[in-house]
Amino acid sequence: MSPQTLVTILVFAPLLGAIVAGLFGRRIGHVPSMAVTTGLLFLSCLIAWINFVANFNGAPKFLVELLPFIQIGDFQSTWSIRVDTLSSVMLVVVTSVSALVHLYSWGYMAEDDSKPRFFAYLSLFTFAMLALVTANDFMQLFFGWEGVGLASYLLIGFWFKKPTANAAAIKAFVVNRVGDFGFALGIMTVFWMFHTIRFDQLFPLIPSMLNKGWDFAGQHWSALDLAGALLFVGAMGKSAQFFLHTWLPDAMEGPTPVSALIHAATMVTAGVYMVCLLSPIYEHAPVARDIVIMIGAITSLFAATVGLAQNDIKRVIAYSTCSQLGYMFIAAGVGAYQAGMFHLFTHAFFKALLFLGAGSVIHAMHHEQDMRAMGALRKKIPVTWAVMMIGTIAITGLGIPEIMGHGLGFAGFYSKDGILEAAYKAGLSNPTANFGFLVGLAVAGLTAFYSWRLIFMTFEGKPKWGAHPHDDHAGHHAQIESHSEPDTHGHDDHGHGHGHTPHESPWVMLVPLLVLSVGAIAAGFVFAPYFIGEDHDAFWRGAIFVSANNHVLNEMELPAWVTWSPLAVSVLGLLVACYFYLLKPELPPRIAAQKGPIWTFLYNKWFFDEIYDFIFVKGAKLLGDLFWKVGDQKLIDGLGPNGFARASLEGGKRVAKVQTGYVYHYAFVMLLGVLGLLSYGIWLAS
Amino acid sequence: MMTDLSSALMICLPELILAVGAMLVLMLGAFGGERSTGAATMFSGAALIAGAFAAALGPHGTLFAGAFHMDQLAAYSKVAIYVASAFAVVMGYGWMNRSNERKFEYPVLILLATLGMSMMVSAGDLISLYISIELQSLALYILAAFQRDDARASEAGLKYFVLGALSSGILLYGISLVYGFAGSMGFTQIAHAIAAGGANHGVVFGLVFLICGVAFKASAAPFHMWTPDVYEGAPTPVVAFVAAAPKLAAMVLFVRTLSMGFFGAHEQWAQVLLVIAVISFVVGAFGGLMQRDVKRLLAYSSIANIGYALLGIAAGTQLGVQAMLVFMVLYMIDVTGFFACLLALARNGRPITQISDLSGLKGSKPGIALAITALSLSVLGMPPFSGFWAKFYVFKSAFDAGLWQIAIAGLVASVVAAFYYLRMIKIMWFDASPAPVDGSPSEARWIAFACALFSFPVVLIALHFLDQSAGLAAASLGLH
Repeated sequence: MSPQTLVTILVFAPLLGAIVAGLFGRRIGHVPSMAVTTGLLFLSCLIAWINFVANFNGAPKFLVELLPFIQIGDFQSTWSIRVDTLSSVMLVVVTSVSALVHLYSWGYMAEDDSKPRFFAYLSLFTFAMLALVTANDFMQLFFGWEGVGLASYLLIGFWFKKPTANAAAIKAFVVNRVGDFGFALGIMTVFWMFHTIRFDQLFPLIPSMLNKGWDFAGQHWSALDLAGALLFVGAMGKSAQFFLHTWLPDAMEGPTPVSALIHAATMVTAGVYMVCLLSPIYEHAPVARDIVIMIGAITSLFAATVGLAQNDIKRVIAYSTCSQLGYMFIAAGVGAYQAGMFHLFTHAFFKALLFLGAGSVIHAMHHEQDMRAMGALRKKIPVTWAVMMIGTIAITGLGIPEIMGHGLGFAGFYSKDGILEAAYKAGLSNPTANFGFLVGLAVAGLTAFYSWRLIFMTFEGKPKWGAHPHDDHAGHHAQIESHSEPDTHGHDDHGHGHGHTPHESPWVMLVPLLVLSVGAIAAGFVFAPYFIGEDHDAFWRGAIFVSANNHVLNEMELPAWVTWSPLAVSVLGLLVACYFYLLKPELPPRIAAQKGPIWTFLYNKWFFDEIYDFIFVKGAKLLGDLFWKVGDQKLIDGLGPNGFARASLEGGKRVAKVQTGYVYHYAFVMLLGVLGLLSYGIWLAS
Repeated sequence: MMTDLSSALMICLPELILAVGAMLVLMLGAFGGERSTGAATMFSGAALIAGAFAAALGPHGTLFAGAFHMDQLAAYSKVAIYVASAFAVVMGYGWMNRSNERKFEYPVLILLATLGMSMMVSAGDLISLYISIELQSLALYILAAFQRDDARASEAGLKYFVLGALSSGILLYGISLVYGFAGSMGFTQIAHAIAAGGANHGVVFGLVFLICGVAFKASAAPFHMWTPDVYEGAPTPVVAFVAAAPKLAAMVLFVRTLSMGFFGAHEQWAQVLLVIAVISFVVGAFGGLMQRDVKRLLAYSSIANIGYALLGIAAGTQLGVQAMLVFMVLYMIDVTGFFACLLALARNGRPITQISDLSGLKGSKPGIALAITALSLSVLGMPPFSGFWAKFYVFKSAFDAGLWQIAIAGLVASVVAAFYYLRMIKIMWFDASPAPVDGSPSEARWIAFACALFSFPVVLIALHFLDQSAGLAAASLGLH
């Protein structure tokens, strides 16, 4: 089969699966719908790897145009599948993680009653994501963008009987609306500038638009910067960057496989992908890129600090995701788009691994998510422990630089060091990039601390689960994941309640973990030369545009401290975590109990939810109340419809009152009429 | 133009059929008594249908020194009037059977009133105008008081008669003034006099009186006061008759008089008509809001609709007249259907008249409820029902004539009026039924269904022909 046919199958197989499981799932039953979706996803995954290997071996990029979508004048959008190195990488990431998550969900969701719905949503998400990454114009990009947003909404609120899940789903949707508004404005700006929304048509036009802009407040504003900044607002929403990040931690209300697929590996990286895809715009938009760096750096620092103080195992990983996304944006902002994509690629493996590993822990603990109630699980669930260790080593970027050419380490080591080095190089000429570098370095230490903290609290120390009082469970409900029917689940169906021994997960869950472990170990070592190393030009082949004066990826002699400091801070973070959670485990609870200002600030996530609630939620409610009660009810309704209705009724009563029933009244009215009309007629005639 | 007697009789054949028919039915009744009511009804219906054919197919011309015009306009109106009258005869017969008041006079009076209307639409001078109006009115007065032993009906008839006499006086006074100032009774001669001497105060003075007199017959405000009382008190089939055909006759009389005789004073009479139109649809819209009786409600509805139709005349264009003709015929069908629905509804032998009595009709009489709904939607002007097209034509012609402020006022009034139709629909479909409803008589039911079906979807096909013949009719006045 031709590559064109293959990628068409690749993209539409998940849609077919979603339709079958979603519309006919009840009829065909649980196992067939699960089998269909998972099977089709593995087919997609296989094709994605075939395509990736072909692309790797130099197959040319191509475009499959399927159907016209919206065609109005210059606004031409076509359903199409764009295959180049960038999209091939994303296809591999999306389909691999998705296929493994489908498989994992067989075990994780085994006790759920709505499995066909769950698998349909997962497949629908995958299709939307594939449409997003293969888009050849902004409209299809937007379609995919909204499609993944929809799937994310549906999956966060999958256990729709839980109020917290519904609230989280709505929050994710609403916050993303803000980002999407910016995104739409960005698309409009691009269309306004270029009169086209097709990437292959507008990218060549960019050099001619460099000076386009307008003067405002005594300054010249570049239109490309504006477009870049607006589009980045969309990326901020989808990728949970600072200011628009609040939905991501709450999204952990969804089932853990969803967190792994959507809120770690794929959807949240869409923003990074878009910035890299639009590298021709960002290369010519220095202000927009500085914004990207700043937001990315602040996000990574913010999320890492918050991660220090969280106790919910999934929330720690969620903030970690947020922080790592900040890293990717730092990379894109300094011009190292390849490094950003590479971190996206490796991060997909180790973060999905960590999430699924956390899911395995949660499964073992019977849906307990509070790390304070865990401990000493290493012996009980050794495989999970091993894969979590791998994931943690990968995310903390442990590795030895400057040996074997590129150094030696797990996946995160290569991509994180690549970003930091690129930021350092860019920082030589750009102070903002320097800021990005320093923050990135600091965050590496923080990352190490909270990641190891997670490991130590969960797997080491004394077991705190044996005597865990039953009632306490209820107290955690706000943060704790529980299935659609929390009251019965884990007590009757499950067959074993609290206080029982944690158990290792079934093989159907462990196999995806092992596969992802391989990726988390080897993805960096194998692919680093191609993504960011000396072969990157041959690998990317123009899919990412780099302007002539962008040298951040070029070989350059770096000072030794730059090369070694990431490792140093990472080890430092590890040591501090060891001190607090292995040697003096009584210390952290004491710090928490004191409720010092820093701890309170971090534990409450910098009070973002409270501030937003005060400004936007309460403010919007206040404004809405004002418009509703005063503007609409009193002014518009009062003077308009209701007032008119009242006046009509009054008028009706008057008319009815005139109708007395007395003939002489009637005659009087008639004569009055004659008199009036006569006067009028004579007045007209004269 | 001179015509010999035989062709003159052919030209006024419809009127001859009605006149002779009325006399024959009277004879039949006089000799046959109450038993002959059925035969009288059948014969009257046949006479009306025959008259309609004669009017549609017969020759055209002007007779009796310009006193009688038989042209497209007259033919169009006569067919409509005769058919509507035939429906009234049928409905009346059924009603008389049910209320045990079989009287052969009913069809006779209908025939005589129809003859009057028929002459109204053909009237070519002020004398024939007055005589035809009186012929129609006298018959209607009696019909309104047809239930002599019913106090309300008698009251209605008496009120109608007293006020009608007053209006006739006003009319006659206007005629005498016009005759005095224009020097002639014939429309053509009056038109010449106005063309020669201009629209002097005397003519305008007389004309306003004339307009007021005719406006009473058309129940336009502020000469509408009789309407709600008569509609409420008079027997329903009589109201169904009064509400439909005489309105069209009066409007056509208006058009013919004003455009044939007084076109030179168009500026003046158009303004006067506009005032009447605006007052009519405002009174009709607001007055209906507080009504509890369906027939009173329909009275206000008819006042409002006369207001809309007057817009078409006031426009003073051929298009306006055409719009008015289409509007009136579509309205006649709606209103006939409405009253047929009322005739079809009774509870424990007592006819339903209160709006609140309609509640829960969807359960007991879904067909009638559906018909009332369709007719209500049509009268309130909801597309694609016939009333929408009717209003659309009229408002369009008003816009084209530059009367857009008035047209907008009319639209606002029709929005207000929409309330009472919608309330009726709401009561029928969403409120609980108090008690079961009697079985409905077949003739009323079928007329109701036919009219409802006409309002939609038949109108979509019929409108084309209706519009065409109304166009021809309007063209016969020689307007632009």
